[in-house]
Amino acid sequence: MQIFPCPFCGPRNETEFHFAGELGKVRPATAEKIAAPDWATYLYAQRNEKGLVHEVWMHLTCSELFVMERDSVTMQVLDTRSLREDAQ
Amino acid sequence: MTRYSAFNLLREGLRGHTGWGKAWRSPAPKSSYDAVIVGAGGHGLATAYYLAKNHGLTNVAVLEKGWLGGGNTGRNTTVIRSNYFYPESAALYDLSVRLYENLSRELNYNVMFSQRGMVVTAHSEPDMEMAARQVNAMRLNGVDAEFLDRDQVRKLAPLLNYRADMRFPIHGGVLQPRAGTGRHDAVAWGYARAADALGVDIIQNCEVQDFIFEAGRCVGVHTSKGDIRAAVVGATVAGHSSVIAKMAGCGDLPITSYALQAFVSEPLKPVLDTVVLCPPFGTYVSQSDKGGLVIGGGLDRIPSYGQRGNLPVQETVLAGLVEMMPALASVKLLRHWAGIVDVTPDSSPIIGPSGVEGLYLNCGWGTGGFKAIPAGGYLFAHILATGTHHEISRPFDRNRFVTGHLIDEGAASGIAH
Ligand SMILES: Cc1cc2nc3c(=O)[nH]c(=O)nc-3n(C[C@H](O)[C@H](O)[C@H](O)COP(=O)(O)OP(=O)(O)OC[C@H]3O[C@@H](n4cnc5c(N)ncnc54)[C@H](O)[C@@H]3O)c2cc1C
Ligand SMILES: [Zn+2]
Repeated sequence: MQIFPCPFCGPRNETEFHFAGELGKVRPATAEKIAAPDWATYLYAQRNEKGLVHEVWMHLTCSELFVMERDSVTMQVLDTRSLREDAQ
Repeated sequence: MTRYSAFNLLREGLRGHTGWGKAWRSPAPKSSYDAVIVGAGGHGLATAYYLAKNHGLTNVAVLEKGWLGGGNTGRNTTVIRSNYFYPESAALYDLSVRLYENLSRELNYNVMFSQRGMVVTAHSEPDMEMAARQVNAMRLNGVDAEFLDRDQVRKLAPLLNYRADMRFPIHGGVLQPRAGTGRHDAVAWGYARAADALGVDIIQNCEVQDFIFEAGRCVGVHTSKGDIRAAVVGATVAGHSSVIAKMAGCGDLPITSYALQAFVSEPLKPVLDTVVLCPPFGTYVSQSDKGGLVIGGGLDRIPSYGQRGNLPVQETVLAGLVEMMPALASVKLLRHWAGIVDVTPDSSPIIGPSGVEGLYLNCGWGTGGFKAIPAGGYLFAHILATGTHHEISRPFDRNRFVTGHLIDEGAASGIAH
């Protein structure tokens, strides 16, 4: 089992966590007409990087979303931080 | 190349097996080819073979960063089937099963395709209605399928758990009689040997590190063994498709790479002569000719390029196996491993132009591209040789994510992952 650090609860078992998506995807503003390729990019395109990745995760037991930086080859977690801090 | 035959086997047996020769050459790369294929998995090797055989294109190289068949082709659980829902998928995967049916003869290499059938169990009355719908869809698409009640499943797979107090009791299932298993390495080796015999250069330990562009067109590759020019380049790199796309600058693909794990048990006396998948547990199993149980399950939940297993998934898959077939509870595992699979949002592959001129993609097979190797190679060769889609590959073009014409087999045929 791998231990992931939740920024709120501290180190917890990996099975308590859910991968939500890549960080930095911005939904197109629907006030304007969105071209099909732009919708496609938002809905389907993935950076899917090998190595350092920035992702949004949820700790299921406390329901908080947070940012995780990790290595997608070694699975080493490099940093986790609250999404709230990002928004501030 | 010495042909494999009963006569040659006898002759070599008498000569101490000294006259067989190498199954393929190990040539140094030439400076240019009519077509270069990146990745010597099953899809890359089959593409090269069909380029030579169907299109007369023999000045072809397949470049492999490791050893041929060392990716997912040599790591999968070898289930071959065409029990899909949509007509587009049925056309694609059934072409593949039909090519598999004659493949050992065609390649003069025993790929051990054993059509032992595959049963997908149903565990409730709503499940049974979905199973009936699946059987009807398959038959309408011209694919063999049979709707089974509980007793019929029991006859085919007596090892399954038929206790009434089971968490998800078995009600019946769907059988595809023509489905089965093959020998994964033999598929790679058979295509490699046959392609080599037609003049294709297979170059191992040769990593593609970048592409060569001229006037916006891809005209070759930079490799760890030097530059190689090509009239056309095809990428068949499975879990590394996003890495290749980034190199080529053809935009982020609708692909996520995940580890998919598999398990093999110690060899047992014959206990199971069909492939069984129990969807509520997400576990499937078959028995190899050596006696080992070959066990697979769901995808890992976390994007990954780490080609190894981990404990949470192992626990889920094996707990499922023990619930499916309690008699196996004390069987020991022999090996456990993972491959990096390329998963698309609709669980269907991407075949066709990459968006960069001169470069084509064959990827996105995810957890189920071993069964598709003959068709993937056949269709991709057509695209590389003619520059246009084959009717069967057209719906699988990358542009379906823009037009919205997804072929959502993940939902339709309930692919577990
Ligand atoms: C555990 C597991 C179980 C599976 N079970 C089944 C099953 O039962 N049935 C089924 O149909 N499918 C199954 N699959 C899926 C199937 O294995 C794959 O879809 C299929 O093998 C893909 O073949 P491929 O030739 O596209 O890729 P691969 O066999 O992965 O080949 C790609 C090759 O590209 C090479 N490469 C990558 N980058 C470069 C580069 N830059 N330069 C040069 N070479 C490069 C890699 O080294 C690799 O050899 C399973 C997969 C796994 C991992
Ligand atoms: Zn928490």
